[in-house]
Order: sequence, then structure tokens, then C-alpha cells
Amino acid sequence: MGLTTQSTGAQVRKDFSIPGPGKRTEKVIALAGNPNTGKSTVFNSLTGMNQHTGNWPGKTVTNALGRYQFGNEKYLLVDLPGTYSLLANSVEEEVARDFICFGQPDVTVVVTDATSLQRNLNLVLQILEITDRVVVCVNLMDEARRKRIHVDLELLERELGVPVVGTSARTGEGLGTLKAAIAKMAAGWRSQPRQVSYPPEVEAIIASLSPELAGLIPNSRWLALRLATGEDAVFSSLKYNQQDKSAEFLSVARRERGSIPIDLIVTSIVKEAEQIYQKTVRLEKEKPNALDRKIDNVLTSKVFGFPIMIALLGFIFWLTIQGANYPSQLLAKLLFGIEDWLNGLALWGALPSWLHGVVVMGMYRTLAWVVSVMLPPMAIFFPLFTLLEDLGYLPRVAFNLDHHFNKACAHGKQALTMCMGFGCNAAGVIACRIIDSPRERLIAVITNNFVPCNGRFPLLIVMASAFLVTGAGFLGEGLAAVAVLGVIIVGIIMTLWVSKFLSRTILRGLPSSFILELPPYRKPQAGKIVVRSIFDRTLFVLGRAVAVAAPAGALIWLMANITVADASLLAHGGRILAPLGWLMGMDGFILMGFLLGLPANEIVLPIIIMSYLGSGSMQEMESLAALRQLLMANGWTWLTAVNVMLFSLLHFPCGTTLWTIRKETQSWKWTLLAFLVPTLSGIIVCATFTAAVRMLGLGQ
Amino acid sequence: MKSQSMPLSQLPFGRRGVVRELRADTGSRRRLLDLGLVVGTPVETVLRSPAGNPMAYEIRGTLIALRNAEAGQIIVDML
Repeated sequence: MGLTTQSTGAQVRKDFSIPGPGKRTEKVIALAGNPNTGKSTVFNSLTGMNQHTGNWPGKTVTNALGRYQFGNEKYLLVDLPGTYSLLANSVEEEVARDFICFGQPDVTVVVTDATSLQRNLNLVLQILEITDRVVVCVNLMDEARRKRIHVDLELLERELGVPVVGTSARTGEGLGTLKAAIAKMAAGWRSQPRQVSYPPEVEAIIASLSPELAGLIPNSRWLALRLATGEDAVFSSLKYNQQDKSAEFLSVARRERGSIPIDLIVTSIVKEAEQIYQKTVRLEKEKPNALDRKIDNVLTSKVFGFPIMIALLGFIFWLTIQGANYPSQLLAKLLFGIEDWLNGLALWGALPSWLHGVVVMGMYRTLAWVVSVMLPPMAIFFPLFTLLEDLGYLPRVAFNLDHHFNKACAHGKQALTMCMGFGCNAAGVIACRIIDSPRERLIAVITNNFVPCNGRFPLLIVMASAFLVTGAGFLGEGLAAVAVLGVIIVGIIMTLWVSKFLSRTILRGLPSSFILELPPYRKPQAGKIVVRSIFDRTLFVLGRAVAVAAPAGALIWLMANITVADASLLAHGGRILAPLGWLMGMDGFILMGFLLGLPANEIVLPIIIMSYLGSGSMQEMESLAALRQLLMANGWTWLTAVNVMLFSLLHFPCGTTLWTIRKETQSWKWTLLAFLVPTLSGIIVCATFTAAVRMLGLGQ
Repeated sequence: MKSQSMPLSQLPFGRRGVVRELRADTGSRRRLLDLGLVVGTPVETVLRSPAGNPMAYEIRGTLIALRNAEAGQIIVDML
């Protein structure tokens, strides 16, 4: 291999402030692999808590950096997105390819799944074409043993010409050996990577191009192949990373562009992988996945598929809502206890009352409210969700439901982003990254708010229990649950309906391809799941919520306490919005509650109560009966309650979610649309429903 | 034994076939290729979703779900 040039200006490295190969104080290790190979488990096991998650610069692709020490050497581990190939069919593949190629890591570790090595070897061979600094990690060896799949690791090492290490990252098996192999490779171990043999006509073109490209990047054979197959994405990457030399590339590229069909290349790679697989893997059972198929036949069956799915999700919601109750109360007690202490402090410091109001009664109280109602349910929901993810169940949900999304010109994976939305819409929006096609991803982002998140469930439950169900006891609770379920169903129908509407109008287009791997079922690791999901999802979302809640809290307090003429700004706002409120079967204060509740849906009801009581800070009611009395005294009927439930489901996303949508779509236009679509739907639905009820004379 | 050609979407449940031709256009063609679905690859229909679309196929030791529209563009010889 022509490892002749130290490329000068690799932009992808600068993006991470990783120094060039000569100037490093720590070894840079790239971690590549197919999706579902346990790559992130390997990453977590190697780096422990010493890691940082973020985005690839300028891209909505998750990126994680972690560090570990082995011997006297320090290592920086870069977790690349999981991809099936490096032929750049997606942003993820581009990111992974560019880092391996231009980032010049000291070692690239390719994590593979021992139970589906044949397909995994495609990626290994493609990476070996780019670099000879490779260690292959055959992960999930324990699963392979269970399925009686024997992998001859020594033979595989000889076939590939680079170190091969068997691991079960879950149990820690083989990780020491892996670290040692990485260290050896980083120190300059001489490898002889296997090269895919292409048909003579391809080899001839490579031979004619390579000399011209030699010296431009480390591997001219690889570049010649890319240019000849006309992979357009490679041009922009070259330009981005090595501006000084792009002219030379382009002249060569123009001549031979597209002279080799991509099928020919891929077929050669796949056949080569097949040969290696047949030599090195032996199946003791003819069908190693028989048990998985049996489980699949139940979980995706016509009879049991949907009931099991609904029961599982229902159980998760129930556990989240019930389980969050007590810790929420505890947290509220603690945080509001601190508020008392802050009040005392303000008194002692003789703080002007307006400053005390804005900071303590406004900012702090809102913050405390959001944290205490948001944190416990998320800390329960996300680990449970991650558990289903790790088990391998979620792709089956997409498989079961895809038909319905297909009819709405959307993607089956949208079902998963919706499930995530039940936990938190901001997290649901981030989850939309799993949908590859931009059109379907946008649809999923814009409609995610139609599933009620954890922050809206309490309001829905309170409304249903206080107004729709007069009988108490077990039957009452059951009916309230049915009412909440009804709202969820309305949300799902709206999602499909609006998805279809968007597909017919702004986001016109045919559904793009649906190709979904259903990975083998796996034993999850309970402990690590809790820790990871709390760090990756819960704290992340909470951080953003806090950033939005604090300034909004100040605003809410000011609105409630600045008096102009005869009333507070809040009261004026309520009056201005009264006609629209009446049209929608509610009143102006309720709409003000929703507007000021923008930072978090949890505070909508407290704001409404605050405005009815005429108090200057957010309040909660002691009991359901007291709440019902207060609301009835302010003219509420069952119609008001139903409209509040409907509008809670169908209105603008909360501030955190909007911010996330802006980040994910990188566009104000789509963020605005994500604001308008649910809001207009809500206004139309509430107004129509109210008009119909009033016409029938049922409104009392 | 004489083999019979058909779109993958019509390969009877539980039967095996070998890919003869890929008719998919650039985008999904590349993604199918990446999964190892090249000409000559053995496939088997193993799972049906509740609505009968998509279906899941065993391809090179992995389980891949495809909508019937996509599977219809893969021509197989039934074994």
C-alpha cells in the first residue's frame, strides 16, 4: 500500500481537534461496524464513563468520543456510526468513511457479529481496502456459542491478514486481548490485509488510474475504485479535506467516472466475504436462528402481534406513571423546601421584592416544577424503552406497523419515533434520525408532537378523572383510563392522517424504500441500560428543558405581576384570547396557560389555576375535588375538559422540542411548520367539535 | 429440476430461491447490495407481518424485512 503521503489539511481531523499522526500524544482509534453488532457495548466497556457524546460537526449524526489507558499509552476512541458499507449511500456512511480515510486513525477496529459474520465481512473487506491499520473484533461470541456457531478465529486472522480477536463485550470476555491487539497494531505491527480480487477489466482500470493518484492520499487503489464507480460523495469529501489537491483528482475523475458499474464491485466483495465465511465458520445446527424464528412467529403474528405490542406499551406507561408518583412528590418536597430557604435568604438580604419575585417565585419555582414532574417519569421510561431496544423488539414493532405508515406514505420506523415520543417528544424528534430518507424523516419530526409525552399525561389524567368520570372507585379509574386511551388513539389517527396530508402537499413524494434488519433477540444488560439511558437521554433532555424553563419562569412571573390599568398582563392576555377560547370551547385563560406553558407542558395546569385564583405565582390544588370546584366556578363543563384534553394533544410542541427540531432539521422553516401544523389541527378540531356539540345542545 | 423465475414477493412462504436479477433503481439497489443481496444469493421467505406486507427474508444469515414493492423488483429462481 502506498502509505507515502502525510496529508496536510485533513479537515475531518481538525473538526475534532485531533492532531496529525506525527504530533499525537494519544493514539487515535476508530470504532467501525455494522448496526446491531454490540459496537456501542464494546465502546462503553473500553471507555467506561470516560466519554463524551455529541454530533458530528455540521451533521445530525451522533458521535461519541471516549478515552482509556492501556499500559503507558493513552487512547482516544472515536465511535463511528454503525453502517453496512462504506459506499456512502447515507450521511452515516460518509462520516464513517471520511474519518477512516482522512482522519488517519492509528488503528481502525471493526466490530463484527459472530452470529452473522458473512454479512459483516463485507464491511471488513471494504475497510481493509482503505487502511491496513485494522483490528477485527468478532463480538457476541457468547451468542454464537449458544447458537452453536463455531468461528475459527485463527484461520480468520490468516485469511484477513490482520489481528482478529473474539469478544463478548457484555461480559467483558476478550476485551483485554482486544486492547493488547490494538496496542500492538498502533505500535506499528506489520499487517498484510486481504485485498478483494476484482474481474480483470476492473483491475485494468485500477492499474491505469493508480499511478496518477499515488501520493495524493495514502491509498490510491481505493481512490481509483471510488472515482471509477462514480461515487459523487467522494468528490466533496476530497475537496473538503484536501482543498489544495482537488484539481488533480477532478481531472482524473472526469476521465474515468462511471466506467465501472457498482454492482460489479459489490458482487466481488460479497463473493469474497462468502468464501472467507465458508472457510472459517461452521454451523453445528442447520438453522441456528430457529428459536428466534419461533419468537418472531408469535410477536409478529396476525393474532398476537398487536395485542402483545399494546400490552407491552401499556405496561410501560403504567409503570412510568405509577412509579414516578412517589419520587416526583419527594423531589417536589425537596426542591420547594429549597425555595423556602431561598425566600428566607432573600428576606435576610433585603432583596427588592420584584427581584425576589422574578428569580425565586418565577425562575426557580418553574425550574423546580419542571424538574420534579419531568425527571422521575423520564428516568423510568427511557431505561424501559432502551430495554426493549436492546432486546431487539423495537424493529418488530416497525415491521408490524409498517403497512399503516406505508399507506400514509411514511416510514414504518416512524412507529418507533412515536413510541419514544410518549416518553418525550424532544427525544422522539432526535430518534427520527433512524429514518434514512429525508422526506419521511421530516414527516416523522413534524408529526411527533401528536403523541402525548410524559409531560402531558398528568393533565390528561387529571381532566379525565375530574370531569369525565363522576363515579369514583375502581370503575371510575377504569373509565378515566379509557378516556386517556381515546385521546392517544385520536393522536395516532391524526399522525397518520397528517402524514398523508403532508405527503400529498408540502412533502410530496412516493414512499422511499423500506429495508429493515430484524436483528436476533439478545439478552440485555440491565445495569448498563439504566446508566446509559439516564446519561444519554434523560439528562440530555432535562438539560435542554431547564435551559428553556428558567427564562420562561421569569416571564410568567412578570406577566402575572405587572399590572397595567386594572389588571395583570396575564389577565389582559386572557381577555384578548377570550373570543378564540370561546370558539374552541375553552376560555382565554386556558389559552394563556398553553401559551405560557411553552417551556414545558407540565406547567400548563398550574398556570391556569394561578390565573383563576388571581395569585402571582404558579399553584397546585390540594385535591381533585377542590380543583373541580374551582374550574366549575370559572365556567368549565365537560365540553371544556374535553377540549383542554384535545388541545393538549393537538398544539405546538414545547420549547425544548421546538429547539430540538431546529437543531435536527437545521431549518427555521421546518421548525415553524412543526409549530403550525399541530396548532392549526388543534384549533380546527376543537372548534368543529365545540360547534357540533353546541348545535346539538349538549354543551352543559 | 427446472427452476421457475418470479419476483421475490411471490416466493411462497418457507421456500428458498436464488437471486437472478435486481431491478431496483439506484437508491434501494445500493442498499440491497450492501446487505449482500447480489445475483446468486440464496434467499428464503421466513416471516409475514400481520398485514402481509412487509415480509421478512433470510439473506446471508440475517433477517431483512422488505416491502412487497421492493421485493417485487428482485427476481429469484425458486429452488
